[in-house]
Amino acid sequence: MSAREEILRRVRAAAPGPDAGATPVPRGYRRHAALPRGDVIARFGERVAARRAAVRHVAADELVTAMAAMLWAREAKRIAVPAGLPHAWLAGLDGVRTLTDHPPLDPAALAEMDGVVTGCALAIADTGTVVLDGGRGQGRRALTLIPRHHLCVVHADQIVGTVPEAVGHLDPYHPLSWISGPPAGRTLEILVVED
Amino acid sequence: MRFSDAARPELAEPGARRARRQAAAAARTGRAEATEEAPDWELLRDAGAAIRDRTLGDLGAHLEALEAAVIEEGGQVHWARDAAEARRIIRRLLPAGTEAALVRSDVTDEIGLDGGEAGPHSKAAVVGAGFLVAETGTLVIADRGESLSFPGTLVVVAGLEDVVADWTDLEVLLQLLSRAGGDPMRPAVATRTGRFQLVLLDNGRTKVLADPVGREALRCVHCSACSDVCPVFERAGPRPYAPGRPGPIGAVLTPQTRGVEASLGASLPFASTLCGACGDVCPVKIDIPGLLVHLRGRVVESRRGRPVPTPELLLMRGIAWSMGDQRRYERTLVRRARWARLLARDGRIRRLPGLLGKWTDARDLPAPPRQTFRAWWRHRR
Repeated sequence: MSAREEILRRVRAAAPGPDAGATPVPRGYRRHAALPRGDVIARFGERVAARRAAVRHVAADELVTAMAAMLWAREAKRIAVPAGLPHAWLAGLDGVRTLTDHPPLDPAALAEMDGVVTGCALAIADTGTVVLDGGRGQGRRALTLIPRHHLCVVHADQIVGTVPEAVGHLDPYHPLSWISGPPAGRTLEILVVED
Repeated sequence: MRFSDAARPELAEPGARRARRQAAAAARTGRAEATEEAPDWELLRDAGAAIRDRTLGDLGAHLEALEAAVIEEGGQVHWARDAAEARRIIRRLLPAGTEAALVRSDVTDEIGLDGGEAGPHSKAAVVGAGFLVAETGTLVIADRGESLSFPGTLVVVAGLEDVVADWTDLEVLLQLLSRAGGDPMRPAVATRTGRFQLVLLDNGRTKVLADPVGREALRCVHCSACSDVCPVFERAGPRPYAPGRPGPIGAVLTPQTRGVEASLGASLPFASTLCGACGDVCPVKIDIPGLLVHLRGRVVESRRGRPVPTPELLLMRGIAWSMGDQRRYERTLVRRARWARLLARDGRIRRLPGLLGKWTDARDLPAPPRQTFRAWWRHRR
């Protein structure tokens, strides 16, 4: 008997069967944040700050100057960006070299970058999390893991209140990275763009 | 080795004990803050327990669904009856001549893997799964999610119980796992659908599943909250639980996976004061104290068939005989009380003779009163 057959046989002999656990799952927990929109955005900012990441709220027309100022404050000379990042975001950068990760930069080149700028798929207010799904302006996973600084742009309309909302919006077939606070030895800044 | 014997050297290291005490206190504070912040924490726990039970109830179907989904998305599934078979499969899966990076977790420790530190240059990696979603074939890593960024071969080791039925189950389980561990969300959660080699490990799990009471332990989501609140773990540390999982959850899993006949499995259910803190904090409501009592029963049952009965069993049989009849009971009570008072000094018995002395090794016994309740009651009327 193959290991597969044997294990499945043991499981079927041991498990009580589908009817034994047929009690419906009590789903009385919170699915949506019972907060006005503005408070959800403010809460996201608080939660991010609690996770030792810097957070800044700006209006849409301040995005370019704010990004330039934040990178300048980090003394970033060379940054990596994913393919598909809106060019306009980087228009204010003076004296900062940007390298697009297309074709993919090798790990050694990434390690020499002063930072990386990305967008995100969505953000979660309750937990101060940004989720990247590898889509436009987010890039592959290694891009945000190797450089020592990550600047993530979050549009206010991308912020959901709760984890259930986030799980409902996200596509399981995309490679997801849930980032809550900076990885050890690195820094994370979140730029929240409000309209 | 018996738990108490393995714990003795650990207890003799005050430095390590102090470090554990401080770490546990910090973990408890973090957990309390993270769970109090969620107004629906208790509702999440109820949902989490039900989600896990529902999946375990029909585990065979969910495992087959998972297998189909992983293959559909371009991955492969391998089945391992025990740790040795899992190690053989993993060796075969790794490209010859490459040293695989290992991201350690409970399940990689369980099968005794070791390997190099994971880095962006690694050509292959072995990771322990957090959850596997049967509906979509998705791997979820709740710790060190960065390990999914490796470009090369990814080998995922998972216990049979790591499967969850639906993608939406994660909306509950990720919250429970994270907050019970002290964070609103784990710092680096990552998912990948397809494109991995999955090794599904039994290694005694089906034995746990077969016990209608004990199977509750398979709800575990590996948050470690039970260890952080356990007074026994705080003093003894993780080592005496080896080679099983450390902490209270290990004390209820190891006797089931490795049997209650071996000395570790037979002693672990007793390595607890039954204070109940582990059950109170468990995010999926595993009744760990209840399981410990259940397993104590199984240990005693397993000894019943021995040709030479244990002294404890003889004593219990004697007590059962004495207490089975009113006159026998009263006579025994008067006689034993007289003996006990002879042993007492200043109203306390500090040492009992013979095998009973083990009981007084760590505690005093109050001397029985001069008169039994029954005698007092008769005089009062």
